[in-house]
Amino acid sequence: MARLITVGAAVGPVVRRRTGRIARAEAIAGYLFILPWLLGFLIFLAGPMLASLYFSFTHYELVKLPTWIGLQNYVNAFQDPLVWQSLKVSAIYSVVVVPLGLLFSFVVALLLNQSVKALSFFRSVYYLPVLIPAAISSVLFGWLFNPQFGLINEALALVHIQGPLWLASTKWALPALMLMNLWGIGGPMLIYLAGFQGIPTDLYEAASIDGAGALRRFRHVTIPMVTPVIFFNLLLGIIGSFQSFTGAYILTAGGPVNATLFYLLYLYQNAFQNFRMGYASALAWILFVIILLLSLLVLRTSRAWVYYEGQLDTK
Amino acid sequence: MSAAPIVTHAPSIWQRRSTWGWLTRSLVYLVLLAGSALLMVPLAWMISTSLKESVGVFAFPPEWIPQPVAWHNYTDVFTKAPFARFYLNTVIITGTSLVGQVASASLVAFGFARLRFPGRNVLFTILLATLMLPYAVYMVPSYVMFHALGWVDTFLPLIVPNFFGGGAFYIFLLRQFYLRQPRELDDAAKIDGCSFFGIYWRIILPLSLPAIGVVAIFSFLGHWNDFLTPLIYLTSDKNYTLALGITWFKGQYVTDWNLLMAGSVLIMAPCLLVFFLAQRYFIQGIVFTGVKG
Repeated sequence: MARLITVGAAVGPVVRRRTGRIARAEAIAGYLFILPWLLGFLIFLAGPMLASLYFSFTHYELVKLPTWIGLQNYVNAFQDPLVWQSLKVSAIYSVVVVPLGLLFSFVVALLLNQSVKALSFFRSVYYLPVLIPAAISSVLFGWLFNPQFGLINEALALVHIQGPLWLASTKWALPALMLMNLWGIGGPMLIYLAGFQGIPTDLYEAASIDGAGALRRFRHVTIPMVTPVIFFNLLLGIIGSFQSFTGAYILTAGGPVNATLFYLLYLYQNAFQNFRMGYASALAWILFVIILLLSLLVLRTSRAWVYYEGQLDTK
Repeated sequence: MSAAPIVTHAPSIWQRRSTWGWLTRSLVYLVLLAGSALLMVPLAWMISTSLKESVGVFAFPPEWIPQPVAWHNYTDVFTKAPFARFYLNTVIITGTSLVGQVASASLVAFGFARLRFPGRNVLFTILLATLMLPYAVYMVPSYVMFHALGWVDTFLPLIVPNFFGGGAFYIFLLRQFYLRQPRELDDAAKIDGCSFFGIYWRIILPLSLPAIGVVAIFSFLGHWNDFLTPLIYLTSDKNYTLALGITWFKGQYVTDWNLLMAGSVLIMAPCLLVFFLAQRYFIQGIVFTGVKG
């Protein structure tokens, strides 16, 4: 209490001088608090990224020092049929999995939002697969897709359909991995659900008073209000699907005949099986640019369809 | 974030108790139940397979209730594979990484949320930008660095980086939470002669335990489930984590699906347990980050 009085008594210039000193102390403390991140950012992120940029212009196989070869890695990548194959696989996978995942998770969240009973039960059930380690769900789906004894083909056999070879078939391996991915719609579903519940009730009330039925309220209130959430899920979906790895690594190793050679898998093979670090770095930068361009594209189009009013941010 | 139950307040499509309303209501439940069943079949089949004798695994038509129940699969996993070792490795890596992540993320978040210093906004923007950065871009040079340090095939590359900031996502999450605490608390503490660390330690941290819990849960799941990083850095069997161990096991016992599934159940059990014990915080955390993010 005594201290309070002295501070209170010291008005004018004294206070100003003290605040200067306090501001400096606060700034020093601030830097100290964020120091772990700053160091981590420089050592484990910015440093490696710059190194990776440099490596991408070199021939580097880990045992010998890197030698500068200019753009050769990038030229090689453009002429590498496996790069194109892996880009094709990743693109097809994304184009199918992202919209389907967005649609299914949206529908489930919408149904759950109809004040259903046992909401938390359904929510848990739909979210459960997301909690399972990717390695485990891969092994599990390997068993489900087993051509001879897997549950899926046995179920098909019960209705007299000869199931495909799934993961061993060039035609069905990628669709099998897509199905496995859709098992995890619980992630975006939960985010949609939160979005739906963030919509102020008075908007619905106002719409009802204006004579809007359930369908029109959905079209003119629900949809516009959750477009930021759709945008968020879309962006996450694209970034995630372009980096799929575990399923293909464990189940198919990119096969058969490169039918499931995902881009990240090919990058991994180059870096950690053939130790072509220079080439792998170039592939990593190509991936980075692709993801960046896709994100920017989504961001640009978002102006046309994402509705921002600030409700979701200021809640 | 105060873990209040989520209230559904969207108007339901069956406000009027009519035949039409009853029909749509039934339809909604029907679709939800069908979807749940579809999603749960793989898990049920996993548990069912894990309790079968080797002969029963290949029975046609498929048997859902194993006859007899082969509980011994769950102990066989430990004798046929260094499963206990994998478990221990995973616990060590997950535990230390979690501590490092929670501790450093909460410190950094406090700096960004409560203290003013030149360049704070620029640095925070950089931090947010790193959220978008694919791991693949710095995966290769990180490996080169850890290789040069002689850390390959040790736990260090998996653990040490977590002590340096603990990940942009967690910093962001905690900062958002710290920002909600009233400023007056800081001022009052300052007047009472509390240091900046004291404000963090005695005031903000105790108020933020739910958020810290959310970060701890995410961090636990992230490390427990991680596959790519251990795959890159851990090369000898004795260092494998569970996620790597199950693929090793798959290579050794190609057709022993019952053992593979028993192992899988044991690996995912802690994740499900954590989810059910801390479900409320967990959902709140996702809701919080999802909407705010």
